[in-house]
Amino acid sequence: MSDQVEEFRSRILERKPLRLKGGGSKDFYGGPLQGEMLDTRSHSGIIGYEPTELVITARAGTPLAEIESALATRRQVLACEPPHFGNATIGGAVAAGLSGPRRATVGSLRDFVLGVKLMDGEGRELNFGGQVMKNVAGFDVSRLVTGSLGTLGLILEVSLKVMPLPVAQATLRFEMPQDKALDALNGWGGQPVPLAASCWHDTVLTLRLAGAQAAVTAACERLGGERIAEPEAAAFWAALREQTTPFFAGPDTHGPLWRLSLPSVTPPLDLPMPHLIEWGGAQRWLRGAVDAVQLRETAARAGGHATLFRGGDKAGGVFSPLSPGLMEVHRRLKQSFDPYGVFNPGRLYPEL
Amino acid sequence: MTSQHDNSADREQDVGNPDREALLAELARVLPPAALLSATEDLKPYECDGLTAYSALPWAVALPQNDEQVVAVLKVCHARQVPVVARGAGTGLSGGATPVVQGVVLSLARFMRILEIDPLARLARVQPGVRNLAISEAAAPYGLYYAPDPSSQIACTIGGNVAENSGGVHCLKYGLTVHNVVKLRVALMNGEVMEIGSHALDDPGYDLLALMIGSEGMLGVVIEASVKLTPKPRTAQVVMSSFDSVIEAGNAVAAIIAAGIIPAGLEMMDKLATAAVEDFVHAGYDLTAAAILLAESDGTAEEVAEEIAAMSALLEKNGARNLRISQSEAERLKYWAGRKAAFPAVGRITPDYMCMDGTIPRKHLSHVLTRIAELSEEFHLRCANVFHAGDGNLHPLIMFDARNPGETERAIAFGAKILELSVDVGGTITGEHGVGIEKVKQMCVQFSREELDKFHAVKAAFDPLTLLNPGKAVPYPRHCSEYRLTGSAR
Repeated sequence: MSDQVEEFRSRILERKPLRLKGGGSKDFYGGPLQGEMLDTRSHSGIIGYEPTELVITARAGTPLAEIESALATRRQVLACEPPHFGNATIGGAVAAGLSGPRRATVGSLRDFVLGVKLMDGEGRELNFGGQVMKNVAGFDVSRLVTGSLGTLGLILEVSLKVMPLPVAQATLRFEMPQDKALDALNGWGGQPVPLAASCWHDTVLTLRLAGAQAAVTAACERLGGERIAEPEAAAFWAALREQTTPFFAGPDTHGPLWRLSLPSVTPPLDLPMPHLIEWGGAQRWLRGAVDAVQLRETAARAGGHATLFRGGDKAGGVFSPLSPGLMEVHRRLKQSFDPYGVFNPGRLYPEL
Repeated sequence: MTSQHDNSADREQDVGNPDREALLAELARVLPPAALLSATEDLKPYECDGLTAYSALPWAVALPQNDEQVVAVLKVCHARQVPVVARGAGTGLSGGATPVVQGVVLSLARFMRILEIDPLARLARVQPGVRNLAISEAAAPYGLYYAPDPSSQIACTIGGNVAENSGGVHCLKYGLTVHNVVKLRVALMNGEVMEIGSHALDDPGYDLLALMIGSEGMLGVVIEASVKLTPKPRTAQVVMSSFDSVIEAGNAVAAIIAAGIIPAGLEMMDKLATAAVEDFVHAGYDLTAAAILLAESDGTAEEVAEEIAAMSALLEKNGARNLRISQSEAERLKYWAGRKAAFPAVGRITPDYMCMDGTIPRKHLSHVLTRIAELSEEFHLRCANVFHAGDGNLHPLIMFDARNPGETERAIAFGAKILELSVDVGGTITGEHGVGIEKVKQMCVQFSREELDKFHAVKAAFDPLTLLNPGKAVPYPRHCSEYRLTGSAR
């Protein structure tokens, strides 16, 4: 038992609210930060990496960048591209559950989580899932924990499935209005085209292809568009993943950043504010002041939800509200993992 | 297991039990007469699932035809605190759908409609009793298919796939059920209906969809599912090769993955399994090989040519001989036929067999197979091995004859040892078949008391009275204390 883990346990056993923190790169995200800070970065390091089994296991405080460097030596990646937003840790990445540009085609971070070691609200160390690809023993608690914003327990270790770096990549650019871009993206999605990522903003659709050399070459010929040189393309996708483009990083006067998660086939939203669309139409970013209630209703009508991602007035809630039935299940799960309300109170919903 | 030993098959039917009579009367009020079975001969077909060694007769079988009837049955049972076991096609291999005595089996067999195929959104909305393969058939005109392909896909239903988080031979590349189901409509034990997930790519709050998938019917009854459809690859080819040892075959698999290739399928069979299937399907397998490896590539013709060439080179470099690349779709299907028919093929050479389902880190393959061979001698029972080599999921098939006194018990003990071995090397007792009742005691080897308590708490969050499929998947402390007496616990 490491000293750090013992220290975490004694803090948890004080039964006072704790604000769990890795690199602090997502402090802006979710509800208010409440409680005394518990910094996980002292609990760091890669525990195991098996390139030929596509699995890496690391302590929660390990920087995401350190994990990606280790993977790069074997030409492997975290295919879902979780954002660093500065100096994210792997524990924080899993707690937040955010994925980057390739999410629509390769799956989300949750899809790559194989196992977690968790400390619950009574200081017990619990292992769920494992280090193997296929595992149906017990309920899938490791995926339940992914994206729970630290409200169910302190993540101590995570095991993730890793993927090979695509053999070939290419980036294409098209001039296209939003409705045409959405049609094109959904159409290509149903064909054997090696799509990896997409971004539509301000009448420009940028498309990333990844896969076998032959497949990428053939797709470039078929789809047309303007081919972007690789260094520029890599910088573009990195800036999108890290939200450092002017759309995201512009001054606060541009208004809060909303994230709408919608069925990819949802037609263009009739909202007079700048849009940036990713994930083949399934993730739509909006920038500017807007009536939160109306926006959530619009998202719900389309079969999705809206998150006040960055900035703005959080008093009206950050995440779309849950139905009473779903909230009751959430409340019971929270109660069983964290009976004394220690972990990140109010970060996900005020009730949890 | 294919054994028919009758531990509980002819349990009392409780005819005349006033609780049973009252329940039947209430169910008759909410179901049409044809949707309620209670005569012993009508209940018999439901006494077990694919794990035929365990059986039990329920008080009744309900065959509702719509959501309202499902909800009504659940409410009646909830009010009377009668256990309910949901059932699809009954093809499960771990006893997840074995009835509970003095309980009701809720069959979703009549929920057979494909409600919507949306080719643009690449989604299918289906009822839970729709067969796995029927979704792909309905999507085929659009060049799409449903990727997870368990061997039972002709018969098994999507509701059962959700309950078990089913895999298949293509799941290394295309994922398991959890990666391919986006939304569920679920009825909880108290009759409350919930929508979990959506047609968007994520949802606010906890990931209850992940929790529901693989929950073995213990959290809710699926009454509708939306699944992802995937563009059908233009073409596929498989390379079949022989190895003089399983170690070499394992090394070749590692080399393929290390080279950055994720094959569409990557399957291994040992000598005993190969002999059994060759005798059955005559696919031309190499009977002299210690292990046969099938490696498949799919995609465009150019992609497949590129990947097959790369894999062939790696296979030869790692000791493969007798490489054969399928030259037509018919030949590809022939090479696969044996692998897909491995279980029935083994079934032909033995009166009974039991299929294990551990997953192991592949680096321990040689140790595990050596140990299985030793155990095979110890228990005097033959064992053939079929291996999803890409993801480490091992299916030892233990052969026995239930008519010989004590042999079933020996097979069960042998199987338990294999599961413990899987946990010892850092793996799991079940990769894709589920825990059910078959492996419920081995859960005590893989999980601590505290972890099992959490599983019970998760169940209670959905089903506080523990009425939905009780006694499956998660053991109670008494199971573990019994089990730990045998000295095999952690």
